[in-house]
Amino acid sequence: MNRNSNRVNDVILQSAALIIFFIIIIFSINLFFAGHYSPGGGFIGGLMTAAALVLLLLAFDAKTLTNVLPINYRIMSATGLLIALATSLHSVFFDRPFLTHAYDKFDLPLLGEQTLHTAITFDLGVYLVVIGVTMTIIQTIGESE
Amino acid sequence: MKSSELTLRTHDCKTLFEGGIFLSVLHFAILLPLLAAPFIPFLFRALKGIHTGWFVLLVPVTLFVYFFRYIGVTSNGDVVTETVRWMPSLGINFTAYVDGLGLLFALLITGIGALVVLYSIYYLNKDKESLGHFYVYLLLFMGAMLGVVLSDNMIVMYMFWELTSISSFLLIGYWYEKERSRYGAQKSMLITVFGGLSMLGGIVLLESMVGSFSIREMVANQAVIADSPFFLAAMLLILLGAFTKSAQFPFHIWLPDAMEAPTPVSAYLHSATMVKAGLYLVARMSPVFQESSVWLWVIASVGMFTMFWGSFNAVKQTDLKGILAFSTVSQLGLIMSLLGLGAAALHYDGVDDNLFMVATIAAIFHLINHATFKGSLFMMVGIVDHETGTRDIRKLGGLMTVMPISFTIAVIGSLSMAGLPPFNGFLSKEMFLKATTKVFEMDFFALDTIGILIPVVAFIGSVFTFIYSFLLFTRTFMGKAKFNQLPKQPHEAPIGMLISPVILALLVVGLGFFPNVLSNTLIKPAVESIYPTLVAAGQDVKVDIYFWHGFTPELYMTIGVILLGSLLFWSIGKWMGIYNRVPERLTLNGLYDETLVWSNKAAYRFKDNYMTGFLRSYLVYIFVFLSGTMLFTMWRLDAFNYSFSNLADIAPYEYVLAAVVILAAFAILFMRSRLPAIILLGVVGYSVALFFVFFGAPDLALTQLVIETVSVALFLLVFYHMPDISKKEERMRFKVGNAVVSVLIGVTVMLLSFMALSNRSLTSISEYYKENVYDLAAGKNMVNVVLVDFRGFDTLFEIVVLALAALGIYTMIKFRTTQRTKGEGEHEPKQ
Repeated sequence: MNRNSNRVNDVILQSAALIIFFIIIIFSINLFFAGHYSPGGGFIGGLMTAAALVLLLLAFDAKTLTNVLPINYRIMSATGLLIALATSLHSVFFDRPFLTHAYDKFDLPLLGEQTLHTAITFDLGVYLVVIGVTMTIIQTIGESE
Repeated sequence: MKSSELTLRTHDCKTLFEGGIFLSVLHFAILLPLLAAPFIPFLFRALKGIHTGWFVLLVPVTLFVYFFRYIGVTSNGDVVTETVRWMPSLGINFTAYVDGLGLLFALLITGIGALVVLYSIYYLNKDKESLGHFYVYLLLFMGAMLGVVLSDNMIVMYMFWELTSISSFLLIGYWYEKERSRYGAQKSMLITVFGGLSMLGGIVLLESMVGSFSIREMVANQAVIADSPFFLAAMLLILLGAFTKSAQFPFHIWLPDAMEAPTPVSAYLHSATMVKAGLYLVARMSPVFQESSVWLWVIASVGMFTMFWGSFNAVKQTDLKGILAFSTVSQLGLIMSLLGLGAAALHYDGVDDNLFMVATIAAIFHLINHATFKGSLFMMVGIVDHETGTRDIRKLGGLMTVMPISFTIAVIGSLSMAGLPPFNGFLSKEMFLKATTKVFEMDFFALDTIGILIPVVAFIGSVFTFIYSFLLFTRTFMGKAKFNQLPKQPHEAPIGMLISPVILALLVVGLGFFPNVLSNTLIKPAVESIYPTLVAAGQDVKVDIYFWHGFTPELYMTIGVILLGSLLFWSIGKWMGIYNRVPERLTLNGLYDETLVWSNKAAYRFKDNYMTGFLRSYLVYIFVFLSGTMLFTMWRLDAFNYSFSNLADIAPYEYVLAAVVILAAFAILFMRSRLPAIILLGVVGYSVALFFVFFGAPDLALTQLVIETVSVALFLLVFYHMPDISKKEERMRFKVGNAVVSVLIGVTVMLLSFMALSNRSLTSISEYYKENVYDLAAGKNMVNVVLVDFRGFDTLFEIVVLALAALGIYTMIKFRTTQRTKGEGEHEPKQ
């Protein structure tokens, strides 16, 4: 997108975006971790993060975004897929069928008793794939002339 | 947690937990080539000074020694079985099964494999060739082939089977810059994979009869299969797989074109091992099908005709590898027909000494012999090609003096192939002729009437075999030397290149004099695996091979072959004209090419009709199809009796929200430009999200909101690139058509949701989730638990689809731009 030449004054949008961006990101991370017990999860969390990135993209431009966050989103989705697949596969090595999850309760410092669940790594894979896919699509379409 | 155990519980536990989860040594042996393959490219890159082949050589040598020890087991009639659970709920386990037949092939694969790799070290230049690729493909093939012959589960076998086709494709296309290589690779792939898919159909049919993919189970339940109405279909489908793989007429046309592969590959895949996978399959499935007369007739006649056709065509070839290719087709046909005739042994009701077994014994014996003499001949041809720069027999001649060792190998191999004493080819050829004359004694399946054709065709085929065998070495090594016409000045090959063919030639001679080395070690166990019922009934498989049988019909036939063959060989110039009688278009190759061109054209024409490039056309197809099938089904099943009794009351604010959605949706239709249309679409989306909030679905509401936001952003991005709303869209007909489709899909979805609400015959699956979400998966958010756990498989594939879609969009857009900057580029840019 080549909007720098005839760009309108969007100081308000840019300043607001800088603050809102972090709020959305934190909210999305919260959504991601909350997933197993209350509304949220990897899919919605990933979409929310992608939305925050899109906000930056709209407020500034594609070039600025890649300068600030030099992430290759295609590799990100591939990484996500690998994480999800590895999580699904792990049970096979414990003589359980594919995609059997494991969980247990742990006493963690500061956080108290928490459940740790392999579903979270699967969800992390989903999270990364969703961000990767959304941003790949938006970036390629945005960058093409 | 335990979501998949749920489905497992419904299955029989006994079959589930047969076998362990860890690979046994035997499994490691089968998979060793595949496990070694990933390291080859790194070795190739890191150690430039050493030919990569030396590392690869370790694999087949190790495996050969390993499998050699099994001879002691199988020659006692024992078998070795190791099972690893793979997909037990589907009845698919990786069961490695070593019996006489499997072991024979395993030894061929690793033994010939070792010799071929050794040969290739001198054949392929380490500085010029991409050895990293070559040896990966070769190891891929070796592992796949071992998997085929040592798997008891037919699905696993099928998987390895297709892997051999793929590795063969890669190896034929190894010199992919050459047009002929690519053509040959594609041809072999299309034909063998066609056969492979037919075979898969046969496997599925067999499984539906027996309830198991295990070959042993199928053999044990042979009676059930024989009574099934699908018996014939299953048999023919399996045979299609075997015939395509083993290049039987009319599928043989891929093998001559496969000769574009480097010669070590031709020696290995396309004469000694892969093409014999079809023979293996026939031998392996014999216990299941061989009582049928169709089995005997189809295999014997196809094999016999292939034998004749291959040898007949070999005579007219001018390329040395072409001769060998057709000769391989012919020899495969010979073994195939023997396997077919061997089925007659089941119908013999004599007391001792089942004479009809001679066909199967000959088949197994000839299979070994063919691997030795044809392997040595291929390597000899490779040497000639390497040292003179050509394989054209019109240019070659008189090499005897400069290449004495290669000449000796050629003579030994050719004479063995022609079936002359004292080589091993003579012994098995005699047995072959003996087996064909045995049809006179068979008084069933009309063998004693039409069956008379069998020895006649065998005789004619043998005559042509005699002729091309003599052509092979006389045209290359004898006659007038024309060294000035050759691209290179010929000289004898380096010693390393000669080792492998010399070993094979020594085997040809050695097995000729001492054939009984094989009798009880390899041939007898293999034959016993083909006749499990006869062995169980107490019949003894007697294998005793010797030269002199007395003045028997087969001896007269051999003498006849030699006399007639010599006569035709000396007068070859007088009758070569018969080969030009068939016009090019009418050959099988012509048919194949025409079919390919025609189907390509038809596919394009069909595609151009409906792939308009407009998204709206595709939406119309999808919607019309969906509504059509749905409404038709509802009408057929008379599913229109709705009841609205158990619906909740509608709150006033819900009326308001519904009104907003409807108004906004209608307003979109009347927008003249895109921007307000997009905003109104957003209104619809956000209102739907609000509905989700009202109905207590926070997850859905959140998702809907974010998706709505992101897609509006996406619209903004592509906005600049969109053309103006075109004139076409203003036309009345176009509008009416779209209106009809949209009303149709709206009505369908509405009816569908009414139906879902009113006719609840089953309890909702959500009840199950509600009860088990915490106990089984330790989660409280049902939506999320369903996503990551209960239906995690769906999610896994969904994210794969998403990632693929993103990559698709990426490549489409990037490729379009690169092509535009590069101009016309036929080659797609490499990623």
